[in-house]
Order: sequence, then structure tokens, then C-alpha cells
Amino acid sequence: MTANAIQILVDALSVGGLYALTSLGIGLIFSVMRLANFAHAEFVTVPAYVMFALSGHPALMSIGAAVLTAVALALAVERIAFRPLRRVDPAAMLVASFAVSMLLQKLLVFAVGSRIVPLDPLPMLGEAIRFGGVQVSALKLVTILACVVLLAALTWFLRRTRFGLEMRAAAENFTMSRLLGVRANRVIAIAFALSGVLAAVVAVLFSAQTGFVQPRLGVQLVIVGFVATVIGGLGSLFGAAVGGLAVGAAATLLQAFLPPELRPFREAFLFAAVILVLLVRPQGLFPARGLKERV
Amino acid sequence: MIDAGTVRRLVPLLLLVGLVLAATLLAGTAGIVVQRRVTLGLINLVAVVSLYVFMGNSGVLNFSTVGFMAIGAYSSALLTMSPAAKATFLPDLPAWLAAAQLHPAAGALAGGMVPAAVALAVGPPIMRLSGIAAGMATLSLMFIAYIVLGNWTSLTGGQQSLMGLPIYVGLWTATGGAIFAVAVAFAYQETRWAIALRASREDEVAARATGVGVVRQRLVAFVLGAFLAGIAGVLFAHFLGTLRVESFYLDPAFLFIAMLVVGGARSLTGAVAGVAAISVLTELLRLTEIGVPLPATGIVVATPPGLGDVALAAAMLLIILFRPQGIAGGREIALPGRPKAAGRLPRTRSSR
Repeated sequence: MTANAIQILVDALSVGGLYALTSLGIGLIFSVMRLANFAHAEFVTVPAYVMFALSGHPALMSIGAAVLTAVALALAVERIAFRPLRRVDPAAMLVASFAVSMLLQKLLVFAVGSRIVPLDPLPMLGEAIRFGGVQVSALKLVTILACVVLLAALTWFLRRTRFGLEMRAAAENFTMSRLLGVRANRVIAIAFALSGVLAAVVAVLFSAQTGFVQPRLGVQLVIVGFVATVIGGLGSLFGAAVGGLAVGAAATLLQAFLPPELRPFREAFLFAAVILVLLVRPQGLFPARGLKERV
Repeated sequence: MIDAGTVRRLVPLLLLVGLVLAATLLAGTAGIVVQRRVTLGLINLVAVVSLYVFMGNSGVLNFSTVGFMAIGAYSSALLTMSPAAKATFLPDLPAWLAAAQLHPAAGALAGGMVPAAVALAVGPPIMRLSGIAAGMATLSLMFIAYIVLGNWTSLTGGQQSLMGLPIYVGLWTATGGAIFAVAVAFAYQETRWAIALRASREDEVAARATGVGVVRQRLVAFVLGAFLAGIAGVLFAHFLGTLRVESFYLDPAFLFIAMLVVGGARSLTGAVAGVAAISVLTELLRLTEIGVPLPATGIVVATPPGLGDVALAAAMLLIILFRPQGIAGGREIALPGRPKAAGRLPRTRSSR
């Protein structure tokens, strides 16, 4: 029984950790420029394909290339697609991010085809680790560890560095922070670069768990990440992380404890819960300061 | 009494209906492939108009259209399929539903009413939300519809295709549906309810302060939009004759929103223009993929397969980048030479 409980706990934390990283990547961009970035899906998918192209090379090299690609892609998308729309209404930006997402996805289909290709970026973690009578997958433990390390690093960056301070200021009140000397282009570029790093890490861990890549790899992940960001409180990074963890954990627990005949409807319960949370707290569980519209 | 003022008010409606009819008549002279494409385009028009009724007038993001389409499509399918077909594909139906076989028109009406009833039931709390929270809530609605329909195997056949639907939708039926949808949307947007709703779109707080019941007005548009979406689903179902839940998922949801925003979400003309522009673009790109013979040389120029999709996405991005208010820019179509009617509202709220 305890063995089973530990298994479920590890599952919940590793799934929740991936969602937390995804929703943080989305939340970082939302907090500084109020853009709900659907193209985040391709920030995950494209580096996964880069790793596929480099499979056979040392893991560290392909992971490094994946991170660089994701950052470059994020910066390019920001410069080309989102900068011109910054002053226009948010719906147009949202649709622009769909269009970017579709464009990148179709480019991938055009370049490499839509079929599923196998990918194992972390082959050394295939073994299970035994603690006493409990078997836990090494990959899942590494996933949890990576999420904890990244969250700590991100917290340090936001709290202890100059750029982190600028980002927090921009998230609170963009206009005011500009008046006080924060450069809009730079702070937004940093947000996109960080978002790219997070997406690349998610690409590594997620494709290692699933064992394959296909052009829509990131889509499902990002939708859940979105939902998590909204539940946590759009614009609040702490909320995004907690929301991701909560949604991942809820999905795992529903899978484990729902009666079997209801299991196919697991995600319907999840999304119903999302609507409920939004009804009780439209600003999310941890509302960001400065987001509420003043009259 | 029909006086000059009434006629002037009806100009956008008449022009839009004329456009739809012109497309149909043109398609009628073309081959069967083009006819089927135009039919599908007209069905998409019904869906986008249904999206416009709520999202255009209220300014609230809405992803749930395809979910209501799916509910309408399955409702009509279950009520109009022959009992024999139902016995083959859906052996576990409740007895009363297995025996039911309504006239297609009654089935279509049910296909509009069932989604409208669902919208009326789930709408009131969701209409309180605005902005991105509304987007996520309606997205969740769409997922719930997809998951429930895709797993309720005894009712819908689950992940498998549902076959054996009566096929009665052709070019002219779809045209009728499109004209109906445009007329309903136009009639609605001329009502005081819609004007109140548009006031809340421009400035929610000011609208509330002048006595607009924002939640109630949104709900009216949401239910009406769900009804039209259901009709779009009915047309789609009885055009293809088979149904899969996958047809009502993310791809069409994004396509409809993209069509509306590319055309300009703030006017009915925009909804029609967006569908027309993207449909024509898709068609042209498909043609270049098949191959275009260069005159007098005998050489056929063809782009590699898949490039058309890339170009379509790129074109949509370009339209949004260079015309963020959409093709119509919030105005209704008017006769050339006339001064612009009052359709253009000044934007009152500055956004970043």
C-alpha cells in the first residue's frame, strides 16, 4: 500500500512538475506583456526535433543545442510577430500567437512529415531505482529534481538580480517601470529567452517520458499549462507554478482513484474543476497585483 | 411601412446576402469538387457567424463554438438516422431514441435547440468572466464536450466514426443555412439588447453604470450563438454523412477564430469577409499544390505538398500584423459613394 502511495506521489510530482515548468514559461511572458502565448507549444516541439536530428551525439550536446534553439526561436518570434502588435488589443496578439504556432507546426510537418519519430534524449535514465520494496523510475526522479532546481534558479534570478527586479517591476506596472528606466524591449526579450529555456527543458524531460516526437507534441502540454496558469492567477509566477503542480497532481490522482468506468472522462472532470475555480476566483487562486483593471 | 431609412439600415444585410448568393451561383456553374468546397465554406460561414454573434458583439473570447457544433451535429444525427442504421452502429441506445426517426427539418431544429439549452444551462456563471479567464473557461467547455462525446460510446459511438446519417445538405441547403445565419445575426445586432452588449464591449464599467445587465445580455448572445453553432453542426453532419468527434476539436476552433479576427471581429461584414478571404486563399493554395499548367508551354508548376498550409498560416499572420482590426476594421459593408454610416464606433479604451 505504501509502495503504491509512493508510486502515485512520484507520478503526481513528475507530471505536475512538467506542467509547472510549462505554465511558468507561459506565465513569464504573460506577466510582462499580457500575451497568452499559444506558440509556446512550438517552443517545446522544435527543440525536441533538434534533439531528434542530433540523436547519436552525446546527450549533453543535443540538450545544449535544444536550449539554444528554443531561446533563438523565442527571441525571433517575439521580434517578428509580437513586437509590432504590442500596442494593439490582446485578442489580436492571441490570434497572432495561434498563427505563429500554426506556421511553425506546418513548417515542421512540411520539413519532417507528420508521423511520429522515436526519441530518447536521456537513455541513461531508463532503469528503475529500488528503495527497499519500492520501485521508482529514475527518469521521474530526475524530472522532479530538474523542476525543483529550475524553480529555485528562477526564484533566485527574479529576486536577486537586476534583470529579475526589472521583470518583477514590469509585471507589476509596465508603464511605471518604463518611466523608472526599465527598457521595454530588453525586459520582454529576457522574458522570452527564459520562457525558451523552460520550454527546452520541458522538451527534454517530456520527450524522454513519452519516447517519441511528433509535430503536435507541445500542443496538449501547453493547453494544460494554460489552464494551470489561469487557475494559479494569470500574471502571478508563484500562482503559475502552483497551478501547474496542482493540475498535474489532480490529473494523476483522478487517474488513480476514479472508478474505472469514469476514467475516460478524467479530463472532463479536470476541466470542470477549472471552470469551478474560475467562477469562485476569476482572477485565479493567487491574483497578481496590478492586473485588476482600475476604473 | 418601408421608408428610405429602413432600406438604408438594411443595406449591409442585403449586400451580404447578395454576396452569399453570388458565391453560390458562381459555384453552381463549376464542377462538383468546387461545389463541395463552396458548400463547406458556407457551413464554415454559419459557424463563424455564430461565433460573431457572441464574441463580436460582447468582445469576450469564446472557444466553445465547435463544442456546440458537435452537440448539434450529434443531436440531429441521433434523431434522423434510420432505426436500422442505429441498430448497426449504436446498439446500446435507449429504446425511445433507437426508434426515433424525425423529419430532417425537425432534426435540424433539435440540433439548434439542444446546444442552445446547454448554453442556457452552463452560460449564466461563465458570462460573469471576462478577458482571458473567459477564454479559458470556454476552452474548458469545448474540451468537456469533446471528451464527453468522444467517450460516451453508447450514445455517440465514441472514438469511432458514426456512419449512416441521411445526406440532405448540398450547395443550396448550405446557402439557405448561411443566409439564415447572416439574417439572424443581423436582426440580433439591430436590437437594443445587442447595442447594450456592444456598449459593454467598449467599456464594461460605463455600460454597467448606465444600467446594462452585462451578464444577461451576454447570455442572450451566447445562447443565440450556440443555436447557430448547432445549425452549423447539423449542416456539417448531413453534408458529410459521417461524424467523428475529432472534427470538432482544436483545428476548427482555431480556424473559426482566425477567420473572425482576420475579417474583423467587430462587424458582421468582418465575419463574412474573413470566411471568404481564408476560404479563397486555402483554395488557391490547394490549386497550386495540384499544379497549375503554364499557358502555351505544357509545363505544370506545382508546389510541394504541405507548403500550402505553411503559406496559409503565414498569410494569416501577415494580415493580423498589418491589419490588426481585421479586413473590415469594425465597419459594416455599405454602398459605394455613401457617407459612412454610424457603424463605426470610436475606440474608447486605450489598450497597451
